Amino acid sequence: MKQTSKTNTNRKRKKRNRQILTVTYLFVALFLGMMGYTCYYAITNQQELINNSYNSRQELLVAQNTRGTIYASGGQVLAQTQTDENGKETRVYPYANMFAHVVGYASNGKYGIEAQSNYYLLHSNAKLADKVASEVSGEKYPGDNVVTTLDVALQEIAYQSLGVYKGAIIVTEPSTGKILAMVSKPDFDPNQIDVIWNDLLSDKDSGVLLNRVTQGLYPPGSTFKIITALEYIRENPDSYSQYTYQCSGSFTHGQDTINCYHGTVHGQEDFTRSFAKSCNASFAKIGMQLDRTKFGNTLDELLFNEELPVTFAYNKSKLVIDESTSDSNVMQAAIGQGTTQITPLHLNMITSAAANGGVLMKPYLVDHVENNEGAVIKQFNPGTYKKLMSEQEAAALTELMREVVESGTGTKLSGLSYTAAGKTGSAEYNSVKTDSHAWFTGFAPVEEPEVCVTIIIEGAGSGGDYAVPIAKRIFDAYFGV
Amino acid sequence: MELYITELSKYFITLFIALYTFECFLVFRFQDEEKRKGSYIRQNLLMFLVHFSCFLVICFETGQIEYLLFYALQQILLFSTVVLFRMIYPKGNRLIINNMCMLLSVGFVILSRLSYDKAIKQFFIVTVSVIAGMIIPFFIHKLKFLKSLTWIYAAVGIVALGIVLILGSVTYGSKISYSVLGVTFQPSEFVKIIFVFFIASALYEKHDFMRVALTAVLAGIHVLILVASRDLGSALIFFIVYVMMVFIATGKWIYLFLGGVGGCGAAVLAYHFFSHVQIRVQAWRDPFSCIDDAGYQITQSLFAISSGGWFGLGLFRGNPTSIPFVEADFVFSAVAEELGIAFSMCVILICISCFIMFMNISVKLKDRFYQLIAFGLGVTYIFQVFLTVGGGTKFIPMTGVTLPLISYGGSSVLTTLIMFFIIEGLYMIRQDEGAKRAKKKRKRRRRNEYFEQESEGEQEFEDETDFENEYEQEAEEEE
Repeated sequence: MKQTSKTNTNRKRKKRNRQILTVTYLFVALFLGMMGYTCYYAITNQQELINNSYNSRQELLVAQNTRGTIYASGGQVLAQTQTDENGKETRVYPYANMFAHVVGYASNGKYGIEAQSNYYLLHSNAKLADKVASEVSGEKYPGDNVVTTLDVALQEIAYQSLGVYKGAIIVTEPSTGKILAMVSKPDFDPNQIDVIWNDLLSDKDSGVLLNRVTQGLYPPGSTFKIITALEYIRENPDSYSQYTYQCSGSFTHGQDTINCYHGTVHGQEDFTRSFAKSCNASFAKIGMQLDRTKFGNTLDELLFNEELPVTFAYNKSKLVIDESTSDSNVMQAAIGQGTTQITPLHLNMITSAAANGGVLMKPYLVDHVENNEGAVIKQFNPGTYKKLMSEQEAAALTELMREVVESGTGTKLSGLSYTAAGKTGSAEYNSVKTDSHAWFTGFAPVEEPEVCVTIIIEGAGSGGDYAVPIAKRIFDAYFGV
Repeated sequence: MELYITELSKYFITLFIALYTFECFLVFRFQDEEKRKGSYIRQNLLMFLVHFSCFLVICFETGQIEYLLFYALQQILLFSTVVLFRMIYPKGNRLIINNMCMLLSVGFVILSRLSYDKAIKQFFIVTVSVIAGMIIPFFIHKLKFLKSLTWIYAAVGIVALGIVLILGSVTYGSKISYSVLGVTFQPSEFVKIIFVFFIASALYEKHDFMRVALTAVLAGIHVLILVASRDLGSALIFFIVYVMMVFIATGKWIYLFLGGVGGCGAAVLAYHFFSHVQIRVQAWRDPFSCIDDAGYQITQSLFAISSGGWFGLGLFRGNPTSIPFVEADFVFSAVAEELGIAFSMCVILICISCFIMFMNISVKLKDRFYQLIAFGLGVTYIFQVFLTVGGGTKFIPMTGVTLPLISYGGSSVLTTLIMFFIIEGLYMIRQDEGAKRAKKKRKRRRRNEYFEQESEGEQEFEDETDFENEYEQEAEEEE
């Protein structure tokens, strides 16, 4: 009897101790979770939180460090802080309007690279000895500098080519995602931003402050046929080359009629020729043959209505197609009209993917961050986003776009020392049929694509006449012709 | 020169505290205090280095010599605490004392940086508390009647909390303190300890359903008074401590389960009936959407935590004072900003090390009353750390409790010091138990030579029956 009650007590004691240990482990686990969360939150949100206007630490950094310089890839200064003898600081943009949107401004809320790289520009990773030297001479510490992927020569050509037109141009490297040039017009002089700020804000119509490359939403017009063609190839991988169509200048289905540009009659054509000649009637018919659910999925994969893998401000492109989409809307969408809206950046990404064997590289503007002595603080490497299409599909699209240049609407790019491929577009944007935005998106050389351009000129007319010549100037500049 | 010191010291300070923290867990390798000695001495050295380097930076950054004097006073206090404790209680646990002093010194550093006046005030309170606290282990060790005051504890607790509810001054929407002769008291802090004693004495022998129900009613009154005073953090601590202690006292998982369900139910009710609870939950879920009012404090705290990086901005290099009530509720964020995430993680680990030692002591104690006390105080301590750190980092909704030993606040630091010293007393009780057992074992071995047929279980049983008598005998001998 004695013995049992003893072993009982003993067992109870052991059980109790096990329970105490359980509670201990429970709390330790809870704390480990909390510690992990805290570290993760603090380190990953460092950059975002410093930019919050409620965070006074930004002022602390401003008081401590001179804002860093922004460089082009060739070493030219794009933005720089100059301090006069009274300690007054001025942000200087040597190229004035030319880089207005992409480099942005550092006051009045910050924009462009100035906003995107604010964290780096505010901080200083100068060597301790340099900081000491600054302290001795009563200066601020030199902030870290940002070296961009931008190419001054290409930016200049693009900027000048747009002339007085409103519009946007983006030049990228398909194999890496580097953005070489980014122009948006109308523009402004960032040196004068504080003076002109209120005027720009009150001017609601022109949208001068908007970067049209990343935030401008346009009807894609015939450039969208790249996507319609891709979907048709996907659904008919073996038979698309046997496609034929007799174009009479228009395509009618029920109540709706789709006309070719300026009513042109294209006659007998196959798939390649429909694309090269940008035949609206033929593509409206192709659109009608597509499986709407699959088409919708392809659009999702191509990042319509989705977030883009970029670190700067942009707008999402818009187009939804599914089972319930009406015939009329599908016909419109197939030729890039109707409610479809796309940013030049997004169209450039799709074109780049086609040029890069179907693989989309994440577009980026900042190559690396360095300290005042040029030692690299942070290197941004090209990053693969996703394979948007198979290599065969990319090759087929390239073939189609090659034909546009060889025999279609983009012949101004044929017979040159380099080979180019692309698609033109003339996007009608109001009821007056003659007004259209001129589009071109394409790349060169076809064999080993090095450069991809996307151009839109608002209200200029046809893409072939207005956008293709600008693409030629940019390609010429790139290849040094 | 100054810049070299302030910049390099960041890394050294982090290194020192990391090594200290490492030693905190290294001591658990050994069961024997004697073998842990090496770790303790290294800890004392590292403590000194952290404290010294921090004040060196403070002096360079401010250029004010008075900090040096202040530092010297702190160093004397911490040094004499460690040495005196060792002299008075040679059998005491040094890890707890070391950690206590380490956390106090971190508190002094960060408070000196935030507000010199408050740091001075805190220093005096700590000095008085430590001197007074030194006798506590002795009383815990010797006073036997502590077990029998059950209902007196409950009465004192409820009255003390009730007085604040009725007479207390309203601070920032919560009634939590009252002043006597110009000294402000925050009774909920002290009642935490009394509460643990109450539950332990009520349940250590008898823990049938009626007993548990009775304590539940009395504990519920504590919690409700605190909720009515809008001191939600303390209410939550009392609740969790109660549930955990009932679980350990009864050994029944069902109580833990019921407590969990009841707690969730109460939380849902509180959310629906109190607008200030809703506001806090909203501020937790998306603080940036209400950054101007309810979310202001938490977002400022997040800015602070995220701005320091692993090694911090350096003392006086950040802007922690932008957080409202930083020195009481958000001191952890200030530490993270200026001393770095790595440093603040070490601080948490030191708190965990204390907690594990508390639990370790609890497990080893044979006397159920003391075991429950050690367990209850351990849970009180660690859960408070969890609430304040979790609240400041948006891990859980903010409740506005202090970080024990580091935050500014006399009642808070005094209470925590008392808790630590009580645990020391319990540790010595455990040592006595251990010594008794060792003596018995020796006896038993001798006896076994004659009665080899006796079973192991029976021997141990006899051990325990003798225990009380012998304990008293020994106590007399010591006197």
